[in-house]
Amino acid sequence: MPQSLNYLRESPSQTAGPYVHIGCTPNFAGIDIYGGDLGTVMKTGPVKGQEITVKGAVFDGTGTVLRDAMVEIWQADAAGLYPSANETRGAADPNFTGWGRSAGDMDTGEFTFETVKPGQVPWPDGRMQAPHITVWIVARGINLGLQTRLYFEDAAEANAVDPILSRIEHQNRVPTLLAKLEKDGSYRFDIHLQGPHETIFFDI
Amino acid sequence: MDDRKLGGYIPRDRAWQPDALTPPYKTSVKRSPQAALLSFPSSLSEETSPVFGHATIGALDNDLIHNFAAPSQSAIGPRIIVHGQVLDETGRPVPNALIEVWQANAGGRYRHAKEGYLAPLDPNFGGCGRMITDENGVYEFRTVQPGPYPWPNGMNDWRPAHIHFSIFGHGFAQRLITQMYFEGDPLIQRCPIVGVLKSQEAVDALTAPLDMNRTVPMDSLAYKFDIVLRGRRQTYFENRVEGL
Repeated sequence: MPQSLNYLRESPSQTAGPYVHIGCTPNFAGIDIYGGDLGTVMKTGPVKGQEITVKGAVFDGTGTVLRDAMVEIWQADAAGLYPSANETRGAADPNFTGWGRSAGDMDTGEFTFETVKPGQVPWPDGRMQAPHITVWIVARGINLGLQTRLYFEDAAEANAVDPILSRIEHQNRVPTLLAKLEKDGSYRFDIHLQGPHETIFFDI
Repeated sequence: MDDRKLGGYIPRDRAWQPDALTPPYKTSVKRSPQAALLSFPSSLSEETSPVFGHATIGALDNDLIHNFAAPSQSAIGPRIIVHGQVLDETGRPVPNALIEVWQANAGGRYRHAKEGYLAPLDPNFGGCGRMITDENGVYEFRTVQPGPYPWPNGMNDWRPAHIHFSIFGHGFAQRLITQMYFEGDPLIQRCPIVGVLKSQEAVDALTAPLDMNRTVPMDSLAYKFDIVLRGRRQTYFENRVEGL
């Protein structure tokens, strides 16, 4: 027997279940506690850059909207800096948290994030990535949180040379990652767990 | 921390983690992606994570017996302490990790509008708590032991007693939600949600042992639940242009 490598195994995931809102957005679930839910406000003061609204919903393989999901987003500020302890390139906008969490509307399942359009962030080899938002989805029936990315349909030039988007084999699926500009100025990003419009999910 | 550079996150072990499609857990059938996942190395977007300061957390947030109770009241049920350490795959503690927990009350009833189990609500129990790990990655909370409950899947499926955990580490790649079970519960081996785990070793990894050394005599039993998040490669020899 060779030596043991002594690595630990990541804790196995289990579904967030139907009551994830009790734990993560308790006030939304009707439990008055903590003085409010985390992740409901991403802009804590005047922010730099273009302020945007992102709306969407999560659909199952039958096209039915999920009303028990939780969606989290994580993104850079308008200058491409993350408000994170691991950000070493500079100080991010102090009035921007970069992180949002939504339980979705109780009836329609629609989530809404009031945020800013992210700046560009470098890929490990130094190339710039297209502006993007990391999206994480959990719900009853999802055994391991699903990760994807939102890119912007109206950033075609940056998208065309993005290290990830340009590497996707089935280019006809790329539109599943593109938020579309709506008439009211908001961006629409629907997530399809399964079916002909299945969103591209990532193994990062 | 030594002066080795941190590389990207070690790829998630998909042979260890549950699959998306697990038909005995019926809801997974139409909520599981069918196309292959797109694999790529972690970048800044996954190696950063929001900051939750200790100031975010109130004094009673990790005391589920009292954080929703009326003054001088407390939740009903077996009093327990749950404690443990958050580590990464390389064995390093994860300090400043935000942990959020939620659970049913001692009768197996959740405080939720869509919950219809006939067991009663406890007016002094909300069912959620949160805490941030200390400099050694250690956390602790106090609660009542949740009850098992029936759920619509098969005609007679019961969830073993469990506590849900949501954990933020230092990178969004570490984001994890899981459940803790209690040593000795005969419902563990009968549960279709536990059944998505691929090995007894994985079930054991989510089963908290009774920890008599951490009980409070004449007050509370204790269970230990360690959590492992993904780790980052450590290397002297990795060139990354942006100098991470």
